[in-house]
Amino acid sequence: MSTTSNNSPQTKQPNRQRPANAEEEHGKLNESDEEMFAQLDSTVFKRFFYYASPYKKQMLIATLAVIGFTLANLALPLLVKFGIDDAINNTNSNLLKVIAISIVGVAGIYWFTNFLQNVLITRVALTVLYDIRADMFLQLQRLALSFSDKTPIGALMARMFGDVGALQEMLESSIEIIGDVLTLFGIIVILLVLDVHLALVTLAIVPALFLIRIVWQPFARRAFLRMRRNSSVVGVYLDQNVSGIRVVQALNRQEENTGIMGGKVHTFFWSAVRASRLGGVLMPTVELMTGTALALVLVVGGGRVLSESIEIGTMVAFLLYVQRFFEPIRTLTMHYALLQRAVASGHRIFELLDIPLEVEDKSDAKPIGDITGRIEFKNVTFGYDPARPILRNISFVAEPGQTIALVGPTGSGKTSITALAHRFYDVQEGSISIDDHDIRDVTQQSIGGVMGMVLQEPFLFSKSVLENVRYNTLNATREDVVAACRVIGAHDFVMQLDDGYDTTLEQRGSNLSVGQRQLLSFARALVADPKILVLDEATANIDSYTERIIQDALRKLLEGRTALVIAHRLSTIRNSDQIIVVQDGGIVEIGTHDELVASTGLYSQLWQTNYTSFDDIADNANDLTGMPASST
Amino acid sequence: MLKRITKLTLEYRWHFTASAVFAFTTAVTSLFIPKLLGQGVDDAIALIEGRNASRGEIESLLLTTALLVVLVSTLRGTTGFGQMFLGETLSQRVSNQLRMLYFDKLQVLSFSFHDRVHTGQLMSRGLSDIEGVRMFVQSGLVQIVRVFVMLVAAAIFMVQIDLQLAILSLSFVPFMAYRSARLRLQLRKVWREIQDALGDLTTTMQENLAGIRVVRAFSAQKYEESKFEVTAREVVELRMNAARTQARGGGAISFSFLIAWAVVLWVGGEKVISDQLTIGELTQFFFYLALLRFPVRMLIMIINSTARASSAGGRIFEVLDIPSEIADDTSSAPLEVTDGVLRFDNVSFSYGDAPALRGVSFEASKDHTVGIVGAPGSGKSSITNLIPRFYDPTHGTVSIDGTDLRKATILSVRQAIGLVEQDPFLFDGTIRDNIRYGDVTASAEKVVAAASIAQIHEFIDSLPDGYDTELGERGVGLSGGQRQRVAIARTLLTDSPILVLDDSTSSVDAGTDARIRGALKELTTGQTTIIIAHRLGSLQHADEIIVLDNGSVVERGSHDELIALNGHYRALWDLQRGRGVEGGE
Ligand SMILES: Nc1ncnc2c1ncn2[C@@H]1O[C@H](COP(=O)(O)OP(=O)(O)OP(=O)(O)O)[C@@H](O)[C@H]1O
Ligand SMILES: Nc1ncnc2c1ncn2[C@@H]1O[C@H](COP(=O)(O)OP(=O)(O)OP(=O)(O)O)[C@@H](O)[C@H]1O
Ligand SMILES: [Mg+2]
Ligand SMILES: [Mg+2]
Repeated sequence: MSTTSNNSPQTKQPNRQRPANAEEEHGKLNESDEEMFAQLDSTVFKRFFYYASPYKKQMLIATLAVIGFTLANLALPLLVKFGIDDAINNTNSNLLKVIAISIVGVAGIYWFTNFLQNVLITRVALTVLYDIRADMFLQLQRLALSFSDKTPIGALMARMFGDVGALQEMLESSIEIIGDVLTLFGIIVILLVLDVHLALVTLAIVPALFLIRIVWQPFARRAFLRMRRNSSVVGVYLDQNVSGIRVVQALNRQEENTGIMGGKVHTFFWSAVRASRLGGVLMPTVELMTGTALALVLVVGGGRVLSESIEIGTMVAFLLYVQRFFEPIRTLTMHYALLQRAVASGHRIFELLDIPLEVEDKSDAKPIGDITGRIEFKNVTFGYDPARPILRNISFVAEPGQTIALVGPTGSGKTSITALAHRFYDVQEGSISIDDHDIRDVTQQSIGGVMGMVLQEPFLFSKSVLENVRYNTLNATREDVVAACRVIGAHDFVMQLDDGYDTTLEQRGSNLSVGQRQLLSFARALVADPKILVLDEATANIDSYTERIIQDALRKLLEGRTALVIAHRLSTIRNSDQIIVVQDGGIVEIGTHDELVASTGLYSQLWQTNYTSFDDIADNANDLTGMPASST
Repeated sequence: MLKRITKLTLEYRWHFTASAVFAFTTAVTSLFIPKLLGQGVDDAIALIEGRNASRGEIESLLLTTALLVVLVSTLRGTTGFGQMFLGETLSQRVSNQLRMLYFDKLQVLSFSFHDRVHTGQLMSRGLSDIEGVRMFVQSGLVQIVRVFVMLVAAAIFMVQIDLQLAILSLSFVPFMAYRSARLRLQLRKVWREIQDALGDLTTTMQENLAGIRVVRAFSAQKYEESKFEVTAREVVELRMNAARTQARGGGAISFSFLIAWAVVLWVGGEKVISDQLTIGELTQFFFYLALLRFPVRMLIMIINSTARASSAGGRIFEVLDIPSEIADDTSSAPLEVTDGVLRFDNVSFSYGDAPALRGVSFEASKDHTVGIVGAPGSGKSSITNLIPRFYDPTHGTVSIDGTDLRKATILSVRQAIGLVEQDPFLFDGTIRDNIRYGDVTASAEKVVAAASIAQIHEFIDSLPDGYDTELGERGVGLSGGQRQRVAIARTLLTDSPILVLDDSTSSVDAGTDARIRGALKELTTGQTTIIIAHRLGSLQHADEIIVLDNGSVVERGSHDELIALNGHYRALWDLQRGRGVEGGE
C-alpha cells in the first residue's frame, strides 16, 4: 500500500554503502516546526480517494442519497414560493392543501435520504479509516527497528489516534460538505432560472469570497499543522510519564514534570488559539457578504418587482435562497477549519506510510526452509549510525548443534551481533548466512520461524500466561506450554498465580518479578521449537541455583540446536563449545573455556574477577588493566 | 458528569460569560434579519400597490432596510466570530486544565494503581476522552445558549405576529425535546462502548509498539495484525452503531421540524386568504422557520457531543476520583535522617492474595551494607518496594531512624532513598537530562561525578555528542549494561542517605561491577546501602547478607558465616566458583 522508496530492493553486492545521512533523510517523522507546505492538498486528497476507491458502489448510492437530500432541501423554499404566489395570491385553498401535503412528502424524502447518506457515508468513512489505520499498523510492523529506536511510541500513537481521529471527524462531516456544495450549485441554478438579472447581481460578490480564501489558506494550514504537532508533543510527554511513573515518583519529579507539562500544554493552547482565530476569521466576512447580497436583493429586487419584471413571491424565494446560499457557505467555513485540520493530519499520516523500509525482503526472497542451523558471520561491519561502526570485521562460524557463547565487557556489541543474526538491521559490510543462505536472500518472516530469541529485556504482553508463552506458535498446545515452563522451572510459580496459566498478566508482566518474567520469555522461545536459539542474558536476573537447574534440563533440549548464548556471569557459559570474546566491537579471542583460561587474555581476567574471592574489591578492580571501563 | 464539566467551565467565569453574551447577541441579531426582510417585502408590496406613501419615500425606506440588513449581518458575523473564538479558547482552557489535573493525578496515584491499569488505557483517556470533553464545551455548552436563545426569541417574535400560527410552527419543539432526551441516553451508552473499545485498541497498539522487538524476534507480524484487526473492527462496528442511532434520532427531529413548515404554509395561507395576516407576515414566519434550521441542526450535534462528553467525562473523572492509597495525612511530618538506620520489623506484605513477604526483619545503618539474595520471586524487589513507600506493608513496620514511614511525608521519605530499580526506565531525551532527572539543577561536574562512579562517564564522553546524545524510548541506543549504569548514575546524583540497588549490575560484567562498587565505597560515605545481586562477588563484603526464600528470610549472616553454615548460600557460592552442586562439572 505504501509507496516503496526510490532505493529499490537490495542490490546484489553485500557491501552496499548507505548514504551517511540516510536516517535523517527518510527514517524519521517530522515533529519540528519547519515544514514544506508545497502541494500538500492535492496529494493528500489523491491518497484519500485512492483509499476510498474500493467503495465506489457505496459512495455512488450515498451520492444519490445526498442528491435526493439536497433536492428535498432545495424544494422547500420553492414550494413555499408556489404556495405564496400561486395558491395564496390566487386564494386557492385547494392548491394550498396540495402544496402543504407535498411539503410533508418532501419531509419524508428528506428523512429517508438523510438516514441513508449518514449511514452509508459513515460506513465508508469508517472503513477507509480502518484501512488507513491498518496500513499504518502494517507499516509499523515492517519498518526497520532503526525507525522504532528513534521514534517515541507516544508520537506514533498520536498519529494513529489523534490524526486518524481528525480525519474521521472530517470524513464524517463530509456528508454535510458534499450536501453543502451540492446545495450551493443547486441554488445558483435555481436563482438563475428564477431571474437571471437579479441572480447575477446577487452572485457578484462570490468571487470576492474566493479571493479572500486564497490569501487565507496558507496561514490557516500552517496554523493547523502546528497545532496538530503540539498536540502530539503533549501526548508524547503524557505517555513518557505514565510509562516511567516509577522513576517519577522515586525521584520526586512530580512538580518539575507538572511544570514541563504545563509548558507543553501552554504552547499547544496558543497554537490552538491561533488556529481557531484563523478558522473563525472568515465568519464575519461571510456574514458581511450575506448581508450585502440580501440588501442587493431588497433594493434591486424591489425595483424589479415595481417594474413588474418579477413577482413578489420570486423576491421572497430569492431572499430565502440567498440566506440558504450563505448558510452552506457558513457551515463550509466552519468545516473548512476541520478540513484544514484533516489535511494536516492526513499529511502526518501519509508521512508515516511513506517512510521507506530499510530492511526489506527481496522481490525473489524465498522462505529459508529446513536448515541444519549453521550460522556464519563473514567480515561483518555494522554501526547503528553508519558513520560510527560498533562492530568491526566480525567473523565466526557456529556449526549445527554447537553452543556458542558471546562474552565481553558491557557495551562491546554482543546484543548487536544477535540483532544482526535475525536481520533486525542490515550489515554495512560483510555478510551473515544461515546454512548456505545469505539472510538477505530469504524472507524475514521465515527467519523468525527458525530462530528463537530470549531478549536481554524481557517483554511480556498483557495477556494470559498461556498466550504469552505460546505467543506466535499458534499450534502449541497447553501441554507444550506447561512442558516448556517445567523445563525452565516456571511451572511452580505459575501454578501459584490466581488462575494458573490463565492468569492475565499486567502491562509488561509487571505483576511478576523480573526473574519470573525472564523465565517466561525463556519458555516462550522454547515453545517455538527453533533450530537456532539466541539467549541474550537470559538468566541474568536468575540466581545461579535456579540457573543450574535450567541448564541441566536444557542440555537435552539443546541437542541438535545451535545456540548463541550471551552472559556476564561466566559460570553460565563455561560449558559452551566455543567462547567468543568481544571487545570494542571486535573479536579478541575464540576458544573453549579451558583454552581461554589457560591463556592470559581478556577472558581469563574476566573469569578471575568473577571467581576470585577478592578481599579488596577496589584494588582488585584496578588490577584489571587492559580491560576498559566500557567500550568506546 | 456534565455537571462537573460545567462547573469546571464556569471557573472561567468571565470567559464563559463573554462567549455566552456573544452567543446571545448572535442569536438575537440573527432574528432581526427576518424581521427586516419581512419588512422589506412589505415595503415592496406597498410599492406595487402604491398606496399611502409616495414612491420615493418607500424606495428610501427600502434602501434603509437594505442598509440595516448589511449592518445587522456584519454585527452577527462579528459576534458569531467572537462566540466561536471565545468558545473554542474556552474549551481549550477547560480541556487543558483537565489535562493538567489528569496528569497530576497520574503522577501521584500509587504503584498498585499503575500496576493494574495499562498505559494504553490511560493514554486513551488522556487523548480521546479529554478531546471528547473539549468538543462538548466548544459545541455543546456555548452553542446550547445560542440554540436556546434562538428558539425562545423566535417564539417571542412569532407570537407577536400571530399566536395561533406561532404555536403551530413551534409544535415540533416538545417532540424534539422528548426525542433528544431519548437520543442522548442511547448515544451515551454507545459512546461509552466506543471509548472502552478505543481504550482496548490503544492498548493493543501501545503494546505492539513497546514489544516490537519481541514481535520481530518471533516474526509475529501476522499474529499481531490479527489481534489489531479484531479490536479495530470492533471500534468500526460500534461507531457505525452510533451513527445509525444518531441518524435515526436526528432524522425524526428534522422530520417533525419540516412538518411544521407544511402546517404553517397551510394554516398561514388560509389566514392570508381570509385577510387575517399579510403576506409579509407570513413570509416572516418562513424566515423564522428557515432560521430555526440552524439550531435544529446544531441541536442534533449538541446531543451527540453531550452524550460523548458524559461518558468521556465519566472515564476521566473516574481516574481523578481514585484516592491514592499512599498519601500524606495531616499528621505526617517530614522525615529527618540522622543515623540512616533502616529497619524492617516483622514485615509481611502481599500484592494480592498470595503473600510476597512473610515476617521479614533486618536492620541496616550508616556505612553498612546489607545484601539480599534469593531465587526469582522470593521477594527481594518487594522489600525494595516498601522502602520508598511504593506500597505499605500489610503487617509490621518499616522505619528509618525509628520513624514509621507511614508517619512521615512521602516526599521526605523518597528524598531520603535512592533506589535503582531492577528494570530501570530511561526517558526519551539526552543522557544528561536522564542523569539529572532527580535534580534538574545539578551542575555539570556533579553529573560527571555521578557518571564516573557508575563507570559510564568514559563511554558517554566517547560519544560524538557526549552527554547531549539523545536516547530513544526506554534508553534505546544504549546496551543493556550501559542503561543500567546510567540508571545508577541518575540515582547517585540525588545523594540520598539510603541507597538501594536492586540487581542493578546484572547486565554489567564483573570487572565493571567491581569498579562501581569500589568507587562507591571510596567516594561516598555515610550511606546505608542495600544491594540485591545474583553475582555473589558483589555481596561478599556486605555486613550482613540475608537469603530469602518464598518471602521469608531463611539464612542470614556475613559471607563467612554463611559459607560456614553450608546451606543455600554456600550452594550458590560453589556454583559460581565453578563447582557444581553435585560437586563438579
Ligand atoms: N539501538 C541502538 N542504536 C544506537 N546505538 C546502539 C543501539 N543499541 C546499542 N547501541 C550501541 O552499540 C554498542 C553495542 O551495544 P550492544 O547492546 O551490542 O552491547 P552489549 O555487548 O550487548 O552490552 P551489554 O552487555 O551491556 O548488554 C553500545 O555502545 C551501544 O551504545
Ligand atoms: N506488582 C505486583 N503485583 C502482584 N504480584 C507481584 C507484583 N510484583 C511481584 N509480585 C509477586 O510477588 C512475588 C515476589 O516478587 P519480587 O519481585 O519481590 O521477587 P524478587 O525476589 O525480586 O525476584 P527477582 O529475582 O526475579 O527479581 C512474586 O511471586 C511475584 O510474582
Ligand atoms: Mg546486550
Ligand atoms: Mg526483583
